[in-house]
Amino acid sequence: MKKKRRLVFRSILLAIIAIAVGYTFYNNVFQDRNGSVQKGNKAPDFELTDLQGNKVRLSDYKGKGVFLNFWGTWCKPCQREMPYMQKEYKKYQKQGVEILAVNVGESNVSVKNFADRFHLSFPIPLDGSREVTKAYGIGPIPTTFLVDKNGNIIEKTSESLTNQTIKTYMEKIKP
Amino acid sequence: MRYEGSAVRSQTYNKTFIDKIWNFFSSVKVGIGIIIVILVAAAIGTIFPQEMYIPPNVDPTTYYKQEYGTPGQIFYLLGFHNLYGSWWFLLLLAALGISLIIVSIDRGVPLYRALKHQRVTRHESFMKRQRLFAVSDHGISFEQVKKVLLGKRYKIKEDNGNILAEKNRFSRWGPYVNHTGLIIFLIGAMLRFFPGMYTDQTLWIREGETAAIPGTKTDEGQYYAKNHKFVMELYNKKDKQFSNALNQVNNEVPKNYQSNVTLYHADPSHVVGEAPQLKKVKDAKIKVNEPLAFGDYALYQVDFKLNEFHRMNLKLEKKSTGKSFGEIKINLFNPKSEYNLGNGYKVKMIEYFPNFKLDEDGQPATENSVPDNPAFVFKMFTPETPKGETAFIGIRKNVEAGKNKYKMTFSGLETKNVSALTVKKDRTLPIIIVGGIIFMLGVVQGLYWNHRRIWIQQKNGQLWIAAHTNKNWFGLKKEMQAISQESGLVMPVDQSDEKSA
Repeated sequence: MKKKRRLVFRSILLAIIAIAVGYTFYNNVFQDRNGSVQKGNKAPDFELTDLQGNKVRLSDYKGKGVFLNFWGTWCKPCQREMPYMQKEYKKYQKQGVEILAVNVGESNVSVKNFADRFHLSFPIPLDGSREVTKAYGIGPIPTTFLVDKNGNIIEKTSESLTNQTIKTYMEKIKP
Repeated sequence: MRYEGSAVRSQTYNKTFIDKIWNFFSSVKVGIGIIIVILVAAAIGTIFPQEMYIPPNVDPTTYYKQEYGTPGQIFYLLGFHNLYGSWWFLLLLAALGISLIIVSIDRGVPLYRALKHQRVTRHESFMKRQRLFAVSDHGISFEQVKKVLLGKRYKIKEDNGNILAEKNRFSRWGPYVNHTGLIIFLIGAMLRFFPGMYTDQTLWIREGETAAIPGTKTDEGQYYAKNHKFVMELYNKKDKQFSNALNQVNNEVPKNYQSNVTLYHADPSHVVGEAPQLKKVKDAKIKVNEPLAFGDYALYQVDFKLNEFHRMNLKLEKKSTGKSFGEIKINLFNPKSEYNLGNGYKVKMIEYFPNFKLDEDGQPATENSVPDNPAFVFKMFTPETPKGETAFIGIRKNVEAGKNKYKMTFSGLETKNVSALTVKKDRTLPIIIVGGIIFMLGVVQGLYWNHRRIWIQQKNGQLWIAAHTNKNWFGLKKEMQAISQESGLVMPVDQSDEKSA
């Protein structure tokens, strides 16, 4: 009897500690401490102006899959994946997938020259103040989020993507 | 194993999985082991800078190797670059917490019970075993002994003409109070990871710029700051009061670092990136150690960058005559693609490299988007050269495609300062302070008082005396001396002295 009570007491105490520690871990390790946006989160809404001067708002693309890319002209890996993105964009745009290539903190002139050079036709929202970049907690670029038609992030990657990967991703978010 | 006469719980049985975990953490050796591992890990973490202190634009995967070689790479691979937030360091702290709790329960509870239910009359062997012990034959007045003991603030229990005199038992709880404080402290540290409890983020903000303050977004909205001016003041070396000290150093001595800012607040309806509707909260001068406090937050001056390039001015000139046809002012953060100088003179910006470098293929490129070394490709149009002439212009660089008749010459540079502000919020601080105070109370309680017990028993016409303390035997002996003088009791002998003699 006494031993049983002892076991119950020990179990409860260890369980309480395990829950507290587990929750701390969940908050710290599995969700980034800087509050960066992770796979499984809802994609935070944002509004930016693109190269053509149009307002681009993420929530306007509800119902479509969004390939959300953060990049800079000076970043070589970003440069490498751009032609592939353009190629796949042409195919998948009709199937309800949109590419938003958010430029991180650069001037119109630099971005426009770059877009012309690579013949990019998808919207390029300019995040001059880096507010969106900060809100998403972007570390190294390129960083790509796959946002499904319900606005949920189903994938996050900071790799320079190959043509094949981009194709697979497009299939994933196709509504 | 026995502890203060009663069995340590953990060692009495060993059955289920739960008990095995419990018994593992119940060991003081394990506890000390955990503390040592934490100390060593925390020390290693200070060898190279933590991730948050390396330059923000570099990739940590390569930075540590580049800067510190192989040790740096090992440091990074083992996760020491983010030690204090790494899962295994947290696990160690959690293990320490568990160890403290279990060790305290396993020892504190039996100790409390044993001391609460102490017998007054103890066995002969118990008496003989005590370090201070004596047997005397002559009878003395028990009433007198009791009076003396009461005078020394002992609590007295009697049983069959035997006496147990005890004082400062509470000092035995010192370690447990101390542990409680530590556990509260650890809970406070743990709460830092809970949402809304703790913020510590840095914001770089240029003069004239308005930026969202990171970590201040709540359901009620978001705070913004505008940096009007960064001020750095130096001590004047001619200052009479300080000139002696100031002249001992070669460098200038800074007197003040200050950011003049305005704090704004925007409604929660605001979407990130969209121009926010700012409501002014207040103006403030943020100096080192004089933060701007608002709500739960405080904004501190932590760093600065002086004279960052902001605007570059260039003139269009005819080479042969040196005549100028106007000046263009290029905002290096937001340049225009075309600058019209009138009368058929204009300059188009074909390429812009804010931080110019040649890449691996020898092509012009930019390091990043910060205009530390701006370079441009211009196309200059004049009535004389309607097709345009192309030139590459950088700092001390001027490369032309062919033989140009016109050129761009540097005519001025405007710079701005950049302030770094840290925003902090710490709701865990009161908990950590309370934990710290309790910790110190426990230390004081355990160190400044000693738990002393004196047993006096009548056996076969003899008087047996034994005394025990948990620390400070010298103090106890002195007290016993006084007691025996005042009451006529025999002064007990220190048996450990006899053994060593």
